[in-house]
Amino acid sequence: MSKVVVSFRKENCKGCGLCINACPKGLLDFSESTNNAGYPTVYLKEEESCTGCALCAVMCPDVAITVEKEVSA
Amino acid sequence: MKVISGKPESLTDKKYHYCPGCMHGVIHRLVAEVIDELGLREETVGVASVGCSVLSHNYFNLDMQEAAHGRAPAVATGIKRVLPDRTVFTYQGDGDLASIGSAEILHAAARGENITVIFVNNSCYGMTGGQMAPTTLPGQLTSTTPLGRDVKKEGYPLRMSEVLATMDATAYIARTSTHNAKHVMKTKKAILNAFKAQQQGQGFSMVEVLSTCPTNWKMKPVEALQWVENNMMKYFPLQEFKKVSGGDQ
Ligand SMILES: Cc1ncc(C[n+]2csc(CCOP(=O)(O)OP(=O)(O)O)c2C)c(N)n1
Ligand code: SF4
Repeated sequence: MSKVVVSFRKENCKGCGLCINACPKGLLDFSESTNNAGYPTVYLKEEESCTGCALCAVMCPDVAITVEKEVSA
Repeated sequence: MKVISGKPESLTDKKYHYCPGCMHGVIHRLVAEVIDELGLREETVGVASVGCSVLSHNYFNLDMQEAAHGRAPAVATGIKRVLPDRTVFTYQGDGDLASIGSAEILHAAARGENITVIFVNNSCYGMTGGQMAPTTLPGQLTSTTPLGRDVKKEGYPLRMSEVLATMDATAYIARTSTHNAKHVMKTKKAILNAFKAQQQGQGFSMVEVLSTCPTNWKMKPVEALQWVENNMMKYFPLQEFKKVSGGDQ
């Protein structure tokens, strides 16, 4: 599987949880830490299992998630 | 690495002021993605309205103009007539468009102004505290209908897309929803169709997007999406009501 990188603009996250709900593989969850606004932030539990479908980013109301995928040559 | 999804260029870096889980943010991103993909960022003028999206001019990395409550289609008419080579859109809530701005939207559509309207229907006045809007469902609890909207007293919701689709001069009218990723992507396609209709000079285009107001609905963000699917979509069917042929839409 090609490499996928999911990055979070942590300070934009408001902890709504819509990304957690959207991931078809259940790979996202709230982390232990909060951001400066006090919202719980989200992390990717198992990077290796992520297919890069980007449904989390599609549902994120705060444009806080970027999904990048390695393009095979 | 290829970006599958991220911040489009047509959005600024500013953090949204919207409540957690409010779908205004997703709809902003879709509009910005479509403008990027059509290569229209340098030639687009957006008109912000009054409501929670009153500050949308902070978020769109475009030329933006603020309009008085409900008047965005009239302001957009002026801009488009003076600068016909620009792409002009309004971004309006249901209180703004269907209540105080009902005259402006009806006549802009009847005149067939070549503008695109993004109409965010969240079934209430979000900004001012969740009062009943013309789009509030029968029986729906709001701060001004604490016992539920009583159709005998308060009448029935306005289906704006259906109304505008009957007009001769409208070119593209669709209603879509944001309750899951598949429908968010369908919403993007409809917004693309609407902007293309304008590019091809076909006349007035509007996409009505079913959205949420978790704060005033007093629901968790995920519950609010379910409420859209289970309740709003019954009263406001998702459909492409009108599509003038002639483009590669
Ligand atoms: C002339 C005028 N009348 C009333 C108001 C108060 N007001 C501000 S926003 C709003 C309703 C906004 O609701 P909507 O368009 O549905 O947008 P939302 O906040 O739900 O996104 C009202 C009535 C105002 N600002 N100006
Ligand atoms: S009040 Fe409602 S419409 Fe306004 S930002 Fe909050 S959730 Fe969104």
